[in-house]
Amino acid sequence: MDVTRQTHSRDLTDRTDPTDRTDPADLAGLEQEPMVLNMGPSHPSTHGVLRLRLELDGEVITKATPEIGYLHRGDEKIAENLTYTQFIPYTDRLDYLAPLANNVAYVLAVEKLLGIHDQLPPRCQFIRVICCELARISSHLLGLGAYAMDVGAMTVFLHTFTEREKIYNLCEALTGARFTTSYTRIGGLARDLPPGWVDQCRRFLDEVLVNIDETETFLTRNRIWIDRNRDLGVISKQDAIDYGLTGPNLRGSGVAYDVRKAHPYLCYDQLEFDVPVGSVGDCYDRYLVRIEEMRQSVRIIRQCLDRLPGGPENRSGEPINVPDGKIVLPPKPKVLTSMEELIHHFILVTQGVNAPPGEIYFGAENPKGELGFYIHSRGGGTPYRLKIRSPSFCNLSILPKLLPGHMLSDVVAILGSLDFVMGECDR
Amino acid sequence: MTALELAQQLKTRFGDLIADPVQFRGEVTLTVADAERIAEVCAVAKGELGFNFLLDITSIDNYGQEPRWTVVYHLYGLEHHCHLRLKTNLTEQKSELPTVTTVWAGANWHEREVYDMMGIRFRGHPDLRRILMWEGYPYFPLRKDFPLAGKPSEVPEVAFTEAAPMEGGPFVTLPGGRDAIEREPRARRPEA
Repeated sequence: MDVTRQTHSRDLTDRTDPTDRTDPADLAGLEQEPMVLNMGPSHPSTHGVLRLRLELDGEVITKATPEIGYLHRGDEKIAENLTYTQFIPYTDRLDYLAPLANNVAYVLAVEKLLGIHDQLPPRCQFIRVICCELARISSHLLGLGAYAMDVGAMTVFLHTFTEREKIYNLCEALTGARFTTSYTRIGGLARDLPPGWVDQCRRFLDEVLVNIDETETFLTRNRIWIDRNRDLGVISKQDAIDYGLTGPNLRGSGVAYDVRKAHPYLCYDQLEFDVPVGSVGDCYDRYLVRIEEMRQSVRIIRQCLDRLPGGPENRSGEPINVPDGKIVLPPKPKVLTSMEELIHHFILVTQGVNAPPGEIYFGAENPKGELGFYIHSRGGGTPYRLKIRSPSFCNLSILPKLLPGHMLSDVVAILGSLDFVMGECDR
Repeated sequence: MTALELAQQLKTRFGDLIADPVQFRGEVTLTVADAERIAEVCAVAKGELGFNFLLDITSIDNYGQEPRWTVVYHLYGLEHHCHLRLKTNLTEQKSELPTVTTVWAGANWHEREVYDMMGIRFRGHPDLRRILMWEGYPYFPLRKDFPLAGKPSEVPEVAFTEAAPMEGGPFVTLPGGRDAIEREPRARRPEA
C-alpha cells in the first residue's frame, strides 16, 4: 500500500467528464479540505467508547486522531480516598473482561508495598494463578470472537461465547459473582475453592481445548480471514517498544517479553509454559499469538490443579491467607468471642492495613498486557497516590502512527487485533 | 548487571545532578535535582544504559509542601530486565519541564495525561491537549485541592459537570485524612 500519497496534491483540473462545463481555472483556486470521518464513540468495532477522528483521501486514511476519556471515572482519585481493601472492587471495572486478573495484580502490588509478597501461602498462589489464567482465556475468547465478528465472521463470536459462559459459571461458583468478582484480599483470598470446583474446571479445560481447535478451523486457514488480516496493521519491533506496547501486541511483533517469565510472580517460576511470539507483527500474528496463549493457559491451569497444595477439597487445611492479624481479617466466629481478634477486625475495617511509607511499582502480565500499579504511600490505610499503568492506554497510543495508509475498512480489523478495553484505558 | 549498578552508572555520569539511589522493596529510585535536565538524563538512560522501554510517566501533588509537583518516570530495559524509577521535583510557579517524547514516542499520551490531571506542562510536546477530560474543562482533577465530589463547570454545547450528590456515602472525604476515622463524614463537621 502506498503510504506516501498526498491528500492535497491531486490535480483537480484533470477532469474527463464531457458533460462538465466548469472551467478548470475556476476549480484550481478552490480550497480543498480532507474528508473527516468520525468513528465512534458508539461503534460496534470500537469495543466500548473509543472515538477516532479519521481524515480520509477516498478510502485511505491520511490521519487518525483517537479521542479517549469517554469512560473516565476518576479511579485514581477515588483510590486516594479509600482504604486499600475498599479499592479492590474498583479493579474489577478496569479491564472488565478479566476482573480476576485485575484483582490479583492489584493485591500483589499492595502486598509488595507491605513487604509480604514472598510470604503468601502456596495454595493461595496456585489459586491466584488459576484465576489469572482463566481470566486470560476468557478475555482472549471474547477478544477473538468480537474481532472475527467485526471482520465479518459471525459464527466465531457465538462459538467463543459459549465457552466463555462456562468460565462465568466457574467464576460464579468461586466468587459468588459472574462479572465483578472482587475475589482477592490483601494477603490472601476471599474464600477457598468450593467443593466440586476442581472437577468442573477440568471438564471446562477439556472442552475449551476442543473449542480453540474448532475456532482455528474457522479462521486460521480461511482465505477471507487471511486476506483481511495478513500484512495489515504491521507494527515493527522498534515501534512496539517505542510506544510501550505490552502483552500479545508486543509479542506479536516478535519481542518475547512476558512478565510471567521476565519477573515471575506467584508460582509462575514453578510452572512450565511457552511464550508464543509473532514474526511479522501484523494482525494475523497477533491473532495467532492469542490462540496459542489460550492453549498455554490451559496447560498452566492443569499443572496448578494437579499440584494444588491440599488437593481439591483442601483436606489437610492448607492456609490461603497470610497468618497476620494486622493484614488479614480474622475468622468471623473468633471476632465475636476473642478480644484480640475483635480489635484486629475493628482496626482493619475502620482504618485499613497500616502500610509503611514508600513507593512501589508492580506490573503483572494481564490478558491485555502489563497492568502496573504505582503506589506512593505516606503511611496509613490509604494510598497518597495510586497510578494505574493500563496496557490498553499504551497499546492505543500507537494508533496515530499505525492507521495512516490503511483503508477505512481495515480499521476494524486493526482495532480488533489490538484487543483493548476502554474501562482500563480511561480508568 | 543489576538495577542498582545501572543507577550508579547514571549517577557517576551526571554527578551532583542525581542524588544517591534509594532502594525500597528491591526497587531503585533516582531523584534528578534539576527538572530542566530530565530529558537529557532519560536520553542517556535509554541510549547508553539500555532502558529502551518507557513503562509509565506519572505525577504526585505534594499539596502543602514545596516543591509542589513530583514527576515520576518508570523505565525498563528489555535486554537487561531492570526497572528504574526517575523522579524530579518542580515548583507550582514553574509547572513546566522538557518533554521526553523525543526519547520515547510512547511518552506522548503519558505526558498528555499528566498535563490533563495535574496541569504540569511539557515543553516541546508535539500535541499537548487534554486527553481524558474534554478540551475547555477548567480544572485539574487529580490535584489534592480538587474535591472528590467534583466542581460545577460548563463548556456550552460540549459538556458540563455538577458536584456529585454523595451525602452519606463513603466518598464524602477530605484530602489528607490519614485513616478512615479522620475521613469518616458522620464523625466530622462539613467544611463551612
